[in-house]
Amino acid sequence: MHKRVTFDHRFLPYLLVLPQMAITLVFFIWPASQALWTSTMREDAFGLRREFVGLENFERLFADPLYLESFTTTLIFSAAVTFSVLFFGLLLAAMADRIIRGITTYRTLLIWPYAVAPVVAGVLWLFMFNPSVGIIAYSLRAFGFDWNHHLNGTHALVLVIVAATWKQVAYAFLFFLAAMQSIPKSLIEAAAIDGAGPWKRFRTIIFPLIAPTSFFLLVVTLVYSFFDTFPIIDAITAGGPARATEILVYKVYRDGFIALDLGSSAAQSVILMAIVIGLTVIQFRYIENQVQYQ
Amino acid sequence: MIEKTRWLDLLSHLIVIGGIALVAFPLWLAFVASTHGPGALYRPPVPMWPGDQLLTNYAAVIGEGVARVRSAPVSTMLFNSFVMAMAIAIGKIVISLLSAFAIVYFRFPFRMLCFWTIFITLMLPVEVRILPTYQVAADLNLLNSYTGLVLPIIASATATFLFRQFFLTVPDELTEAARIDGAGPMKFFWDILLPLSKVNIAALFVIMFIYGWNQYLWPLLITTGDSMTTIVMGIKRMVQVPDGQPPWHEVMAVTMLALLPPVVVIVLMQRWFVKGLIETEK
Repeated sequence: MHKRVTFDHRFLPYLLVLPQMAITLVFFIWPASQALWTSTMREDAFGLRREFVGLENFERLFADPLYLESFTTTLIFSAAVTFSVLFFGLLLAAMADRIIRGITTYRTLLIWPYAVAPVVAGVLWLFMFNPSVGIIAYSLRAFGFDWNHHLNGTHALVLVIVAATWKQVAYAFLFFLAAMQSIPKSLIEAAAIDGAGPWKRFRTIIFPLIAPTSFFLLVVTLVYSFFDTFPIIDAITAGGPARATEILVYKVYRDGFIALDLGSSAAQSVILMAIVIGLTVIQFRYIENQVQYQ
Repeated sequence: MIEKTRWLDLLSHLIVIGGIALVAFPLWLAFVASTHGPGALYRPPVPMWPGDQLLTNYAAVIGEGVARVRSAPVSTMLFNSFVMAMAIAIGKIVISLLSAFAIVYFRFPFRMLCFWTIFITLMLPVEVRILPTYQVAADLNLLNSYTGLVLPIIASATATFLFRQFFLTVPDELTEAARIDGAGPMKFFWDILLPLSKVNIAALFVIMFIYGWNQYLWPLLITTGDSMTTIVMGIKRMVQVPDGQPPWHEVMAVTMLALLPPVVVIVLMQRWFVKGLIETEK
């Protein structure tokens, strides 16, 4: 992993890494350590006094039914988004992989939502499900189903899940398709000659061979649903109704910026950091293992 | 392909086309809504076919903004978004190229420390350090400025890793030859490494431009004035009107304008995008 031939220079390398390091330290490492520090403090309502309280903020959080509820909401939301993204991504990729003519056109027509901002995705779906004018809400009403995500927590959760899934399927599709197309054709042909039909070939050859990609996508999609969906929630429901769609990132934002409960918000940030670190470590350990076997 | 499976092939096409239709449906509706006058959208069902107000709506939002929410003209927002996206994409590429070059081509004390510090940023998305980062930006007087919009976001572990990975595959013979010919490190970087990295730079540019254009939470925190609003964060205020329906015909025109630039970039530069995406993540 290292170069044999390198340059010698006293100052140049430091100069080269300086911009990146300066930004990283000022805007990443310092704020993160601040969050860590604030999470152990309690501030009075006017921000005049601070005292060190150790892990009390964390204890309070885990005793807080609202926080635990937000945890549950996040788990349901993430599980649903991850499952549907992987399912539809895999289905579309498996079908597209069988198509030879027109594959580039199909791919173009499927990947563009990747470029759409989450908040824009939110607005698109909001328009369709708007209880009074939305086309889907209107159609549901024709079947006697009264859709109202402003009042019904389950409806709101379903809507944000659908919008979050719509935006991310493109990504999973691309990775699954790339993985499938890198499987040697001879392998598939050999299996076909041995009499394996399309479904059997998918189950016993393609699916096991794309397992690393599936795992990678699982982690990435989990991270997406935990963090990057903030704008979708903000645009569609703002965490409501009655906190039914308040996932963890949204709660950090709300408690910190709107309720100004700094200690608690910082403690929540630290918990979120632990979650990202955990997911990233899992992902990298796995990739390392892959490399060793190659 | 291998055996003749006519029904299965037909099914594959049908499922893929169905997927495409499902994915495109919201976009079609948004486009249609942006071509109608306000009257058509206040009573369900909304029209499914374009109307004749396309030019009126788009001219109105670009020139004056959405009057109901007293927004800034969308032309201002588009300009801000464009500046931000370009600056983020170029900034990330430049500083990542430099730091990857230093880490791969030099041996210096604290080299691995630099590497790990950059690596850690992967695990610290804006969302988990919102308040303290905002505090830093406020202390540095960066609120309501382009610098404040761009600077905190241009550190990128992903881009640094991609370039590092790529530099490691560049044959050592090239470096040796350059050194024998008397080229210093910066000349080697400029004349040999940079031209070799063209494809990777193009790929990263697509990804980072989209990333920059679609930034939401950070601009939301750091800008307050109308003059600094970006289009992606501006939209949210337009759908939150206190009572009654938002002016959907105008909101949808703004939506189309917000999603068009990154979508055009991804479609035109698809080849680099796919390559870049799959390589950065692995």
